[in-house]
Amino acid sequence: MMLRKLAFGAACVALSGLAAGAVTQANAQDSIYVQLPTYRTGPYAGSGIPIANGMADYLTMLNERDGGIGGVKITFDECETGYDTQKGVECYEAAKANNTVVFNPWSTGITLQVIPKAAVDKIPILSMAYGLSAAAEGDVFPWVFNPPDTYWDGLSAIIKDIGEREGGLDNLKGKKIGYLFLDAGYGREPIPLLEQLAEKYGFAVTQYPVAGKEMQNQSSQWLNVRRDNPDYMIMWGWGAMNPTAVKEATKIRYPMDKFYGVWWAGGDDDARAGGAQAKGYRTLNFHGTGADYPALQDIKKLVVDAGKSQVEADKFGDNLYNRGVYNSILMAEAIRTAQEMTGKTAITAEDMRVGLENLNIDEARIKEIGLEGFMKPVKVTCENHSGHHQVYVQEWDGEKWVAASDWFAPMTDVVEPLLKQAAEDYVKSNAPWPERQAECATRS
Amino acid sequence: MLYREAGQFKTSYAADQAVFPLREDRIGLAATLFAAFVLVPVFADDFFLSSIMIPFLIFACAAIGLNILTGYAGQLSLGTGAFMGVGAYAAYKLTSIFPETNIVLLVLVSGFFSAAIGIVFGLPSLRIKGLYLAVTTLAAQFFLEWCFIRIPWLYNYNSSGAIEVPQREAFGIIASGPAASALTRYFIVLAITLAVTVLMKNVIRGHIGRSWMMIRDMDIAAELIGIRPLYAKLSAFAVSSYICGLAGAMMVFFWLGAAEPSAFSISLSFQILFMAILGGLGSLMGSYFGAAFIWILPVVIRFAFPALGIDIGAETVQHLTFMIIGALIIFFLIAEPHGLARLWAIGKEKLRVWPFPYG
Repeated sequence: MMLRKLAFGAACVALSGLAAGAVTQANAQDSIYVQLPTYRTGPYAGSGIPIANGMADYLTMLNERDGGIGGVKITFDECETGYDTQKGVECYEAAKANNTVVFNPWSTGITLQVIPKAAVDKIPILSMAYGLSAAAEGDVFPWVFNPPDTYWDGLSAIIKDIGEREGGLDNLKGKKIGYLFLDAGYGREPIPLLEQLAEKYGFAVTQYPVAGKEMQNQSSQWLNVRRDNPDYMIMWGWGAMNPTAVKEATKIRYPMDKFYGVWWAGGDDDARAGGAQAKGYRTLNFHGTGADYPALQDIKKLVVDAGKSQVEADKFGDNLYNRGVYNSILMAEAIRTAQEMTGKTAITAEDMRVGLENLNIDEARIKEIGLEGFMKPVKVTCENHSGHHQVYVQEWDGEKWVAASDWFAPMTDVVEPLLKQAAEDYVKSNAPWPERQAECATRS
Repeated sequence: MLYREAGQFKTSYAADQAVFPLREDRIGLAATLFAAFVLVPVFADDFFLSSIMIPFLIFACAAIGLNILTGYAGQLSLGTGAFMGVGAYAAYKLTSIFPETNIVLLVLVSGFFSAAIGIVFGLPSLRIKGLYLAVTTLAAQFFLEWCFIRIPWLYNYNSSGAIEVPQREAFGIIASGPAASALTRYFIVLAITLAVTVLMKNVIRGHIGRSWMMIRDMDIAAELIGIRPLYAKLSAFAVSSYICGLAGAMMVFFWLGAAEPSAFSISLSFQILFMAILGGLGSLMGSYFGAAFIWILPVVIRFAFPALGIDIGAETVQHLTFMIIGALIIFFLIAEPHGLARLWAIGKEKLRVWPFPYG
């Protein structure tokens, strides 16, 4: 009986909680608010945690060291998505209600959901090197930005590197390349290009899809890999899929130096899972690893050592941590650009779009922010919201990532027409797609 | 004191058989409808509408669908998510083929595809029961999910493999796509869900619903007194799948705006099943309670911590939400195994005799 009364009480409390309902949060006028959707829980947390730490720490460092950007503090909070699209949309709605200046979905699925909404709600989407490749076409997707590279740039860069090692792309004829991918929008995105390249250079492609819920059980896929014995393996993995794949590859003694991952398959923990045998595993990258840069030392001094970060001391400067930092650099530089162009300090989301469209981080600026050698210049234009920037291949030496190639450009000539085609297809299948309304803003 | 039936005389059969025989219940219903149609649209902001009310109503609709099958007809199903997916993909294909047609009409039609698939996968229920049937519906779940991934025709050969909702109109108003206002989508979802509820309430009171419940309570006895299991079971599968398909189509067109196949995974099936069980199997009211509990409560908890000034990380809130919701589910099911709807009914019983309980 008592229990039942308790249940009534609880139900009443719950009901009144529901009635209290929507909670909105006021933001001070003299700050710039950015919501950071993150995932520190769920099967993708292994990749999500370092990124979340990197993003938050760089912004905290700017607040501590410079008092924000242009004298305006950056306020931010995290919204846990768990890599779940439903929750991601909820985060987007919350971000919209709180007037975020930019939205970073951090999931291809969530990106696809919010792309059509961006133009209507006038919130720029920054999907850094993920999401819809076709979004690079700025005239079709004025509100979406995916610098520094698209997935297709990544895939073409891997093929280019393989070609280099074989002594020319023509020598790929008759080779067999295996493609292991997360069976979701993310992993399927590069397939059209892969098939096109296969036709062009005469290599065969075998596909090994890994379902999201079976990420941690890839034995059947790797059994097939052992049977097919492809000359090279390319992986498009994320979250728990990566360490599992590396482990399985070492188990069947696949030659690790012929195993390539895209930049998202390059977490330190991903490679570490394979133990000493994972040595030689190669992934793409577009920024430096380690903490040997002045800006990262500032983060260490002002944020990590001050106890304002959630990062574990030995994970500081890891590849994915630095990727989070890179994402925040893009945001911070876009905010700075927007401030310069509009003359306002507290910019709006529409100003932020202008800032992203005119993003131009040159060598001098990279040096100024204390990241010389960390990254290559990034330039976004009105027409091209991605930019086909240079990448490099890194290799796992058993302890850490080391650069295994110079910076080189992806096959821009192959990717460009494909992007145009894909953007056209997108417009066609999503008709009526709005014409570009946001004017192309250029620096005067 | 306020809630009692003394003095309310029923003078006709119609009054005696009314859905809401008590005047107080009718007043309560009117107040709820007033809140849903007037107060919410007037006072709610976009976030409240698109992140709380719209998904709540859609999940309530799906839970009603599952409740028809599991709660009223007694056929345990784990394929709800896939049936919702069939509705969503059917609506997507229909609107690609007939772009000019009213989208609300297409959503309503898409349920029939789901119903057809539901009948096919309901056939094993004629031979197998209980947990064994759950396994065959599980097979439906996996098979259909596989189709959503592997048949590119279903998603118009998009390179992303996801269905993206285009802008469509209904009655001259933009109803789906990014330009559709939250209010429009809310009213469409509210109207459809309410219509489904009213319709189902009446079907369940009629001979069809009674035949389902007879099958549920004892299928052999039901057969002996002239209920044909073939019709009863398959009609339950058809109606249930129709409503689930409707909910799935609404989910994509009026809430999410795009969906990957993983949106219709087994976890969605479980989510709906928990709503039905927690709300109360065999209760339409319970479907609403369950949907509110599973969907709205976590959102409220998530935003309650920052609102109360408690500064903890987003992931800690997430963990806490899991723990609180999990503990509450266990607690409510121990307190009342028949779900929140039963608690509600007991509450009303108590109120009738309050403040002078007897017996």
